[in-house]
Amino acid sequence: MAPLYYYIGLSVIMFTIGMLGVLLRRNAIVIFMSLELMFNAANLAFIAFSRHYQNMNGQMFVFFVMTVAAAEVAVGLALMVTIFRTRRSIDVDQINSMKG
Amino acid sequence: MLFQETIANPAFGLVPWVVFFPLVGLVLNLLFGRRLGEVFTGTVAVLASGAAFVVSVLLALGLAAHPEPVVVPFLEWLRIGDFAANWDFRVDTLSVTMMLVVSGVGTLIHIYATRYMHADVRHNGDPGRYRRFFVYFSLFILAMMILVTANNYLMLFVGWEGVGLCSYLLIGFWFEKGEDGIGNAKAAKKAFVVNRIGDFGLLVAMFTMFWAFGSLDFDAVLAAAPAAAPGVLLVITLLMLLGVTGKSAQIPLFVWLPDAMAGPTPVSALIHAATMVTAGVYLVARSAPMFNAVPAAQAAVMWVGAITALFAATIALGQNDIKKVLAYSTISQLGFMVAAVGMGAYVAGMFHLITHAFFKALLFLSAGSVILGMEHGEEAGHAKGHGHAEHADQGDHGGLDPQDMRNMGGLRRRMPVTFLVYLVGSLALAGVAPLSGFFSKDEILVAASRSNFIVLGVLLLAAFFTAFYVGRQLMLVFFGRERTPAAERAVESPALITVPLIVLALLAAVGGALNLPGSHLLETWLEHTLGAGEPAEFILPLAGVALGVALLGLFLGWLIYRRPFQREPLERTGPLFRAFNRKWWVDEAYHALVVRPYNGISRFLAGDFDMGFIDTVANGAGVLVRRLSGWWGVLQNGFVRTYALMVVVGVVSIMLYLALR
Repeated sequence: MAPLYYYIGLSVIMFTIGMLGVLLRRNAIVIFMSLELMFNAANLAFIAFSRHYQNMNGQMFVFFVMTVAAAEVAVGLALMVTIFRTRRSIDVDQINSMKG
Repeated sequence: MLFQETIANPAFGLVPWVVFFPLVGLVLNLLFGRRLGEVFTGTVAVLASGAAFVVSVLLALGLAAHPEPVVVPFLEWLRIGDFAANWDFRVDTLSVTMMLVVSGVGTLIHIYATRYMHADVRHNGDPGRYRRFFVYFSLFILAMMILVTANNYLMLFVGWEGVGLCSYLLIGFWFEKGEDGIGNAKAAKKAFVVNRIGDFGLLVAMFTMFWAFGSLDFDAVLAAAPAAAPGVLLVITLLMLLGVTGKSAQIPLFVWLPDAMAGPTPVSALIHAATMVTAGVYLVARSAPMFNAVPAAQAAVMWVGAITALFAATIALGQNDIKKVLAYSTISQLGFMVAAVGMGAYVAGMFHLITHAFFKALLFLSAGSVILGMEHGEEAGHAKGHGHAEHADQGDHGGLDPQDMRNMGGLRRRMPVTFLVYLVGSLALAGVAPLSGFFSKDEILVAASRSNFIVLGVLLLAAFFTAFYVGRQLMLVFFGRERTPAAERAVESPALITVPLIVLALLAAVGGALNLPGSHLLETWLEHTLGAGEPAEFILPLAGVALGVALLGLFLGWLIYRRPFQREPLERTGPLFRAFNRKWWVDEAYHALVVRPYNGISRFLAGDFDMGFIDTVANGAGVLVRRLSGWWGVLQNGFVRTYALMVVVGVVSIMLYLALR
């Protein structure tokens, strides 16, 4: 069995890629995908620790995360569709009408 | 408790009605007065006051049988911890004496006012105010009754403030009249503000009392007073003295009373001569055990009274307004009373209070009758009008001043009844022998001869000036020849006015019988409340001197004013008369020393301080917040990715902090 830090290392890499995607990309769809990547990085870490410590709590959390993520994507995509209909674009840099 | 009291002693259970009869009258007039007219309004007010008088008489009869003080509980008012202040009615010889004076003289003045105000509201062109006048009048009787029947200082203060309010309302009764259209309103405001200064003293005295004794009930406070620390008592009594100088118009707070003559004449008679202004004397008499315990405070009261008596008498010499003379005379006579209670001669003070209520109410009401006659004469002149071009009124538009004695003269032929009663009142005021003022003033002088000879001299001098200005006024108003066409056409007032005057004249004439040197009726009556004092004896030489002084003053007045004159004869005394006439420049001095600095400070605080400093601070805080938020608002640039970056930076910094801690 692979040691724990392999999983953790993979999780960190996935999380960093997701984070950079959120920060650097302007397409809302891509940002969503990057968010999913970060969720799954967290999930991977949960699972790895759960296995390592022989504790089921981590696996419980993963289910919750997946559920919340699914709901979030459903709402988020609906928002995207509406925004696209009004502005003909889902470039997040153009959605800036709420600045101070 | 009230029920038992009523059974045991039927008369005393009635005492709340001295307050509630005026209240009923007030409410009736308030609700129906406008619809049912002047006769109804006047009748209701007279009956309300008269009913209070009947109750007072019943109480007096009850007390004659059982002279011990009775407290009739009525209402639990305040209960805070151990402290209780209830609305109880105190029935003792002192309070019943005051009730009799207030409601008795008050009823006569009410009767007079029904006719006087009938003319006054028409002369001033607003008949609708007839009802308002009697509502205020009933309110005054109510408040005054609360004051004199109170069983603790707090309830007394309620009445004290109530009469002050009525005084304010009635001085400003014609609030849109007077100098520049605000003269009367200004006079009312002055009375109110000056009285507040005195009330401040009384309030702090009550606070100190509560602090020292834990109670404000008369019985508790006065029983504890002799054992209390002299310093505390001195503070209480001196602060009380401040209250007395405000309400009873003594130096230094007397300045409001002369201006208060802006009110209609019945108001001057009832409130500013006979009853309200004597509240200060009553307060000192009521607090007698406290004053007895501190001779220094007694001396202060005595000197304030004596100096006021002389000071005001000199001013009265130089006045030309018939009511102003009487106003300063009132201040002077109040000075006599205050001096008397300061000397511990409470009976003498109360005696003079009663006789003064008779003769000064009489004088004011007769002066009102004179004014009515003059106004009538003036209006008759305008009606006939044209043939008397050479007699044209002195003033430009407003016509002549019906209160200026220089416009009068010779009225004894035009208004014989008014003249006779005025003569009685004047002689009583001057202290001529068989009339009431002689006996009461003599008792004060006897007390002074026992306590301090300088004060005796001051009071004798004041009595001399009193007689002199009385003589001057009589000569100017009633003797000689008519100096204006209005005086020529003056007519006697109707019976509703003259009858109360005649009754008051009888009282002023025989009022001295209350405490004749032989009988000491009032003395034994008041002893039940005030404790036995030295019985006032009759010192023949002193009485002779007092009478001689009075006659000399009257004679001088006759001598100087018997011939017609162009210029005021007293002007030959030069600056002295100017000082009398200008009231020793007290108003000007107060204006320069108090009002102007006060206005200056107010203007500074309102302008430079409030609009300058405070507003700068407040606006500055606003500007600061706006500018700061402007700077931070730059961060809110609308780019979602910037926000996300901030979240990352934030989380990372927290993590770093937790890791490196």
